[in-house]
Amino acid sequence: MSYFRAENLSLHFGGLKAVDAVSFAVEKGEILSIIGPNGAGKSSIFNLISRIYPPTSGKIFFEDQDITQQPAYDIAKLGIARTFQNIELFENATVLSNLLVGRHRHSTTRLWQELLFLPSVRAGEKAHRRRVEQVIEFLDLEPYRDKLISGLPYGVRKVIELARALCSEPKLILLDEPSSGLNVEETDDMSFWIRDMKSELGITVLMVEHDMTLVNRVSDRVIALNYGRVLAMGSPSEVQHHPDVVAAYLGA
Amino acid sequence: MRFLFKTDYEDDIRLFPHSGYVYSYGLLLAVLLIAPYVLSSYLMSQLVFVCIYATVGVGLMILTGFTGQASLGHAAFLAIGAYTAAYLQQFNVPFPVYFLAAGLLTGVVGALVGFPALRLQGIYLVIATISFAFIVEEIMARWESVTNGNEGMRVKAMQLLGTTVSRDGPTFYYLCLAVLVLTIVGTLNLLRSPTGRAFVAIRDSETAARSMGINVALYKVKSFAISAGITGFAGVLFAHKLSFISPEMFTLQLSIEFIIVILIGGTFSLHGAVLGAIFLVMIDPFLTYLKDDMPGVIAGAAATLGAGSERAGHIQDAVAAFASANGLKGAIYGVIIVVFVLFEPLGLYGRWLKIKLFFQLFPLYKRATFKRQKIYVKSERNR
Repeated sequence: MSYFRAENLSLHFGGLKAVDAVSFAVEKGEILSIIGPNGAGKSSIFNLISRIYPPTSGKIFFEDQDITQQPAYDIAKLGIARTFQNIELFENATVLSNLLVGRHRHSTTRLWQELLFLPSVRAGEKAHRRRVEQVIEFLDLEPYRDKLISGLPYGVRKVIELARALCSEPKLILLDEPSSGLNVEETDDMSFWIRDMKSELGITVLMVEHDMTLVNRVSDRVIALNYGRVLAMGSPSEVQHHPDVVAAYLGA
Repeated sequence: MRFLFKTDYEDDIRLFPHSGYVYSYGLLLAVLLIAPYVLSSYLMSQLVFVCIYATVGVGLMILTGFTGQASLGHAAFLAIGAYTAAYLQQFNVPFPVYFLAAGLLTGVVGALVGFPALRLQGIYLVIATISFAFIVEEIMARWESVTNGNEGMRVKAMQLLGTTVSRDGPTFYYLCLAVLVLTIVGTLNLLRSPTGRAFVAIRDSETAARSMGINVALYKVKSFAISAGITGFAGVLFAHKLSFISPEMFTLQLSIEFIIVILIGGTFSLHGAVLGAIFLVMIDPFLTYLKDDMPGVIAGAAATLGAGSERAGHIQDAVAAFASANGLKGAIYGVIIVVFVLFEPLGLYGRWLKIKLFFQLFPLYKRATFKRQKIYVKSERNR
């Protein structure tokens, strides 16, 4: 059985088939990229996995468990974290508290304990902070700890969003266009981090990406989508030279 | 200017970042403790109201400032606290018991209000909370066997440890101050724990909060319950201070006053709740002073500028008539809100931070430090 599996996943908005009977599987420890022209349904698949939309039909399995009906907040508890195409950070909070929110699924303290800030809460806070510091070191975010998000440049926010997802210690991470809006150098950093996430942290990566250089550099396998349907699946070079994919990008 | 060199995670957890805070808050507490022996009884009474309003302000701040859920129904929570106290008092229930009972009951009601509020956003939530407040007001007026209807209820003086606590005495003031301080400390504790961060996360992006494993519905209900519970505690003190409660005290106007408290104080910090409460309570004697003395002052000025005594008399009458016009207070509140929203959206506390920074950085202060950058990358959110 595969680590993560989508079976005949569909999302219809009225007559529009944003995602149309898409099936794919992700193996443990691999980096799988989803490519496709604008409006192909890439982000919709992510939103289906993180349960922002309920699927019209189809099923999603993670570690052999059917998660299609799980509430959205449970998805993170299972170990699936994500980033967003347009950055969804907590704007009026510091970088540290953004990252600590990433630790939320690991917090065990109760409300009354927190009101009194009992030693157990204090110890928990320090333990969370220790893990957050590891991620800060991993992604070189040391200069920004106490800065408000609203004052930070776009490229840094992108990294902080990745950091927040990593703070939840996910088993599977969904990256929605990790390189969009980044310059060449920042994209290089991103590709190193994605590979390190796989090799050092053992995280399985599912990513939507337009930048083919980044896709070629990090992906083990690639899926090409168009109009909500799977066009091709395979190694990066196979998919790029697949006649249907060439037709979708360049016109027949 | 002091630069903190952090060497321990504790540095980011403790309530007072450095010793300066301990000294200044210690000094403030000392001043507040000797206040009853220095200030006039009128100012003491105002100070008690500051404590009560600030407590409500902290409660509302948790819900509106930190969780981002607007409420124009907090007068109703205050009423539930006040009426619970007055009702239980009739059966000789001791103060600590009915104090806790009022807070708990209001908290439960708050949670129940929170459930329907889960599906509502922004202006719709405001309307829902207003409706809730009207329902409570109506219940207070009609449920005569419990609330004594529009005739209102008398609240007996508080019995604490076998002594009678006068509502004008220093003991009552200390009690209100203690409730305020405990509320603030509890809230600060919450804000540095996972729950408080979850509140802030919901305020800034529900989608992201959900994808980080936060049960948004549960935390919104928690926020409503905590906010209402705090307001319920304040309601008990409010009832004792007024010694008489009736439905027309807990109207929409009171809810708006609570919104003014946090809006003028500054919605991003607990300081704002206290500063806003001071502003709101102290503006009343100021307005009274203007009303009583302003006509005379203006007439005097007119007389020195060469107007005849008869003309000056006319001016005095005209200004006096204007100053005692109905609804002037509401209009002044309105103008104050508009001015703050336009020119100081960060409120009084934001202004205080700017002044502080000005002196810390003198002569290098830049106005642009507090300028918010506009972000255009945000797309329509999936709620």
